[in-house]
Amino acid sequence: MIRLTGLTKRYGSFTAVDRIDLEVPQGELFGFLGPNGAGKTTTLRMIAGILRPTAGKVEIAGIDIAKDPVAAKTKLGFIPDRPFIYEKLTGAEFLRFVAGLYDQEGPQIEHRARELLALFDLEEWRDELVESYSHGMRQKLIISSAFIHRPAVIVVDEPHVGLDPKAMRILKDLFREYVRRGHTIMMSTHTLEIAEGMCDRIGIIQGGHMRACGTMDELRANATGGDTGLEQIFLRLTGENAAREMVDVLDA
Amino acid sequence: MSSTPDFVPGVSGPVASGGERADGGLPDPSLLHLLGPKWLTARARSLDDERGRTARWIVLGFFGLIFWAFIFGMLFRLLKYFKGVQEIGPFLSGKLLGLMLIGFFSILLLSNVITALSSFFLAKDLDMLVAGPVDWLKLYGAKLLETMLHSSWMVVLLAIPMFSAYGVVYHGGWYYPLAVLFVFLPFLAIPAVIGSAITLLLVNIFPAQRTRDILSVIAVLTAGGIVLLFRIVRPERLARPEGFRSLVDFVTVLRTPTSPFMPSEWAQRAIMAWLDGRIEPLPFYLLGTTALAAVVLGALLHRALYDKGFSKAQESGGRQARTGVMGRALHRLFSPLGVLRRELILKELRLFFRDTTQWSQLILLAVLVVVYVFNIKYLPLKGEGMTFFLVNIVPFLNLVLAGFVLASIAARFIFPGVSLEGRTLWLLRSSPMPVKELLWAKFWVGTVPLLVLALGIIGVTNYLLQVTAFMMAVSILSITLMTFAMAGLAIGFGTLYPQFETENAAQIPTSFGGLLFMMAAVAVIGGVVILEARPVYTYLSARAYGMKPDLFEMVVGFGLALLLCITATIVPIRIALTRLEAVER
Ligand SMILES: Nc1ncnc2c1ncn2[C@@H]1O[C@H](COP(=O)(O)OP(=O)(O)OP(=O)(O)O)[C@@H](O)[C@H]1O
Ligand SMILES: [Mg+2]
Repeated sequence: MIRLTGLTKRYGSFTAVDRIDLEVPQGELFGFLGPNGAGKTTTLRMIAGILRPTAGKVEIAGIDIAKDPVAAKTKLGFIPDRPFIYEKLTGAEFLRFVAGLYDQEGPQIEHRARELLALFDLEEWRDELVESYSHGMRQKLIISSAFIHRPAVIVVDEPHVGLDPKAMRILKDLFREYVRRGHTIMMSTHTLEIAEGMCDRIGIIQGGHMRACGTMDELRANATGGDTGLEQIFLRLTGENAAREMVDVLDA
Repeated sequence: MSSTPDFVPGVSGPVASGGERADGGLPDPSLLHLLGPKWLTARARSLDDERGRTARWIVLGFFGLIFWAFIFGMLFRLLKYFKGVQEIGPFLSGKLLGLMLIGFFSILLLSNVITALSSFFLAKDLDMLVAGPVDWLKLYGAKLLETMLHSSWMVVLLAIPMFSAYGVVYHGGWYYPLAVLFVFLPFLAIPAVIGSAITLLLVNIFPAQRTRDILSVIAVLTAGGIVLLFRIVRPERLARPEGFRSLVDFVTVLRTPTSPFMPSEWAQRAIMAWLDGRIEPLPFYLLGTTALAAVVLGALLHRALYDKGFSKAQESGGRQARTGVMGRALHRLFSPLGVLRRELILKELRLFFRDTTQWSQLILLAVLVVVYVFNIKYLPLKGEGMTFFLVNIVPFLNLVLAGFVLASIAARFIFPGVSLEGRTLWLLRSSPMPVKELLWAKFWVGTVPLLVLALGIIGVTNYLLQVTAFMMAVSILSITLMTFAMAGLAIGFGTLYPQFETENAAQIPTSFGGLLFMMAAVAVIGGVVILEARPVYTYLSARAYGMKPDLFEMVVGFGLALLLCITATIVPIRIALTRLEAVER
């Protein structure tokens, strides 16, 4: 379970995230949408305990992350938008290291690591240094690492960037199965079809404010003008319909 | 058809920036334009509205001034003294200048080679520059300038008080700074060109998969260079004029140029002639033309080899790394520490030994230690006039020098630790690992080998010096405490002035924070020695005259030294901890 109350982040005088209230209950896959610079990454990094909120509260599985960071973070897995990891560790070593950060080891972890690498077609690469991995392979390794310690809550920032269609498919099944077992996932994405097809509920953020939040049906019901697809709802809400005429742009 | 029109505005960015120019000519960014982003980054950093920024600069300025005043003062007194020495005085000053310039030249060469590797081949802006319509000559110029600036600024900081002292003592006159500028600019440019060219050749010569091992070659070359330099210069001869048959012999040695083909020699001659009231055009001419010729040749070499080298440098060898016997042994060794600590330590060790830029510096280190031990071995300590006190003072100086060696090692290996974590902080910060565990692992992984080395150096050199048991005990205790202090300071300053964006670990110690660390380390070493000098002297004189040493003085002296070291270990780490906990990355 993730609960945000009045979550705010200011960079200097600029407010990137403005008083967001949100609750993602257990067993839900929550999709987090919004235009570039809307504040998605900022919000997710605050949930992960990397950024400190200017105001407001983050609770993970009922634990306030500011009050007891260690207990809260034990229940959390985070997948960032840019796959930066130790270049000089092998895939297997990296997974073992991440498990170690959560104070876990043993045959069960080894087994899980093997299964996760196999799931993403990485078992041939398990003993190769990460520096020789492609972008997508790194992404898959990081996704595996978030599952290695079976956290109650997973926070994911744009996991689909750079993944091939097969990996996308696996990711979708993995996430769905994981929430079905009573875990919680909050995911930001720009791919609306994925959000529509995968998520139980969707939140749309713009300029640091939550513009809309609910199931697809709720979003549809609230949308004026009879929009049906997520794309129309998204563009109408975030005002992107006022796109410039292409002719003007390219002739400029 | 595939994309809806609504999304196209996102495309307009790249199209506009990469498009043709309005006037229809080929795009031709100027050299300054290429350096623009670097300048803007630097300015943005300094404008960063961080709290306490002014205070920070004041402190930095203060320490910087003290540092300058110190160097200036030392040189000033030395030169004054030389000036008073009849006949050979000016030669001694010239020799000293020559020695310092040779030192500068070798440091410049080494740091240019290392810097060129990252600025010409590994930097992140290269993809864009190489793919863009950038003229090769301008790319060369921009990158050469960048390399030179990055690798020369520390030498320039050292050179300012040095040249000032010469100018003041020998009355250089108003145009003296100008003359120094004319000498020093080519002096900086030559090693920049040579260093970049060496890197360019190495990148091209090595098989593609091994490009990253270049640094080990560089290290070996440097090692050879240092040994050679010591053999050419033979500084120990100058320290012992009585070793020459006559004064005439000594003067002859002083008069003959140490290395007529080195730019340092030209620079020395130009400066010394100027200070003597003459203008000798030849050295100026040699410096200027050599620098120009070097740039031209460097540019030609760049045109011929850069493209191939750049493409090669992008291929990194995918290497297998299975956990071998060694890995399993370490795994078992560290298991009692708990899972988290074990994994952190293993990670540190793996990253270190798999990163060529890191471990290859060990070779450099070995050279440093060998040169050091050799110098101790050849110290003339057995002749006449060697009093009981002198024999006991040498181990004390030994302690200071060993402290410097340890400080520079800590700067190489412990100082960059936190900076190198920059790209992976997200993982550590989002995990339940307390930040102090990270610092703990970095501290011990750095300190234990450093301590072994420190005890080794001190043990061996003191054995060679045949010191008394008392001095041995004092040395060993002091060096142990100093090692902890060095490690603590390195972690502290490394965290306070992190270089999270750096691509090359070898460059991190040459940053501003690295400089601060070195100054702090020197201060601690100096403090320990000053605090211990008094009680050691008391003890030795008491022994010499068969009296009881003053216990109070000894306790206070050693106690304060102990306190200083403990403070220098703990306080920086505490500060680092708060700082790292507040980092948002
Ligand atoms: N370190 C920072 N300092 C200042 N402003 C920042 C910083 N990081 C982000 N911002 C600003 O905060 C706002 C939100 O950024 P954020 O990265 O959260 O957007 P996002 O929704 O993830 O966008 P995208 O879809 O492009 O990933 C942006 O306007 C950005 O300019
Ligand atoms: Mg983002």
